[in-house]
Amino acid sequence: MRTEPAVEVVGLVKRYGTKTAVDGLDLTVARGTVTAVLGPNGAGKTTTVETCEGYLRPDGGTVRVLGLDPVSDATALRPRIGVMLQSGGVYAGARAEEMLRHTATLHAHPLDTGLLIERLGLGGCGRTPYRRLSGGQQQRLALAMAVVGRPELVFLDEPTAGLDPQARRATWDLVRELRSDGVGVVLTTHFMDEAEQLADDVAIIDGGRVIAQGSPEELCRGGAENSLRFTGRPGLDLASLLKALPQDSTAAEPAPGTYRVTGTVGPQLLATVASWCAQNGVMPDAIAVERHTLEDVFLELTGKELRV
Amino acid sequence: MTATEADPAAATGTFTPRPGAAPLPRMIRAQAALETRMLLRNGEQLLLTVVIPTLLLVLFSAVDIVAVPTETAGGSGRAVDFLAPGILALAVMSTAFTGQAIATGFERRYGVLKRLAASPLPRWGLMTAKTCAVLVTEVLQVALLTAVALALGWSPHGNPLWVALLLLLGTAAFSGLGLLMAGTLKAEATLAAANLVFLLLLVGGGVIVPLTKFPEAVQTVLGLLPIAALSDGLRGVLQHGAGLPLADLGILAAWAVLGLGAAAAFFRWE
Repeated sequence: MRTEPAVEVVGLVKRYGTKTAVDGLDLTVARGTVTAVLGPNGAGKTTTVETCEGYLRPDGGTVRVLGLDPVSDATALRPRIGVMLQSGGVYAGARAEEMLRHTATLHAHPLDTGLLIERLGLGGCGRTPYRRLSGGQQQRLALAMAVVGRPELVFLDEPTAGLDPQARRATWDLVRELRSDGVGVVLTTHFMDEAEQLADDVAIIDGGRVIAQGSPEELCRGGAENSLRFTGRPGLDLASLLKALPQDSTAAEPAPGTYRVTGTVGPQLLATVASWCAQNGVMPDAIAVERHTLEDVFLELTGKELRV
Repeated sequence: MTATEADPAAATGTFTPRPGAAPLPRMIRAQAALETRMLLRNGEQLLLTVVIPTLLLVLFSAVDIVAVPTETAGGSGRAVDFLAPGILALAVMSTAFTGQAIATGFERRYGVLKRLAASPLPRWGLMTAKTCAVLVTEVLQVALLTAVALALGWSPHGNPLWVALLLLLGTAAFSGLGLLMAGTLKAEATLAAANLVFLLLLVGGGVIVPLTKFPEAVQTVLGLLPIAALSDGLRGVLQHGAGLPLADLGILAAWAVLGLGAAAAFFRWE
């Protein structure tokens, strides 16, 4: 029973009127991992997550969360998952501490609320009514409410949107600790660095489908080629360098004294370039491997134009 | 750790999963307590449920602004004997209808109902808790208004059981209508409409203005309103010591069935 995936979505279709928000989406999330769902606005991220949470009934396909149907097995599933909505979810007049304690009361073995308040830096505003909390404080309270019931799996919809850098770090630390304690996390985000920092697995969604999925490293390795950059004295003999390099490589001097080598960038290429430099009496200053970031991959896959 | 890695019981982190729903009675009790605190903490709600009914009771008992038919009164013949039952009806309406509609409308708008739907508390548990919160508020209102009315010289008659029955059916009728409004209209529209309806029913529902002041044709229609049935029923029992007010209870029951039925059918959670 422990071997089945945390989330298994097969061929999910969800329409709003004539608009198709999710169009045959497949997504598998392994237990105890952190999965980041990336995508432009309107790609279908929230619709997918809210279907997993049991809010929306699929128009097609199947959704299983912890082996259960989120709609028909809702009573069994709800205590086992934690949910953080994109915004809201708290009575305007409820105090932060009061609301967290109340959420804890709905669970059988909740976490110590004092500990969570401290961990998420909510101690100074515990008695403040929700409507007077800052956006970041509201986000952190919603995160605390999602984990207080000691769930097996949490869904976080843009957990760090609108947070300052310190609060963002605190959230990241919490997600890492959830993972190391065996809690699965599915989060949606617009921040590539967040996905690179936290996720075991990244699913890029566009047009209601998963267009790429893998670990951040896998995604960055695929797609566009990487390059090696170094500086030296201007006017080095590129033809000689090229001769030393493997077949699929290129070498260029885009600016005087700056050299760029592309190809299968790995230890072998680095060694070849270094030994060529040694043979030619060149000191390669500032030698660096330029890897593609997740953002490059994301933009390459989803397009650079602004969506209307 | 290698041998026990897959065993969740062996892990001992802070967040190590240990999911489970609290027992239902505990969830509902906690939710009812929270809902009640939210109602009593809200200034606008208190204005509606406590300040306005109390002010109306005191003002109209002391000053002869609207000529109330004291000549038909049993007992002392004082204005307060006519007013107190109407104000009790108003108190029920203010909490079960106006207050509940506005609060629930904004809870829906701000995702509170949505977030609670993902918690272990079932929907019917939430509705039960809301009803408990309304009833607790009403008990407090009735206690306060009764004390004020008694201080003004009120001498109530009749069977308290019939009074309780009227108040309960009235609560059911107004809750259904309030939830119907909150679950179908936008929060701002609910706010405006609930206040408008409160004002209209206050004037046209026999609360402080006797229905006999209206033209006869209008009286018949107004008499079918839930607020009119409730104030008329309460007045019959409390002012005149009447027996079981079947006609008024029938009107309230019909509104309750219609309102709660429509709310169940059309309520949208987000």
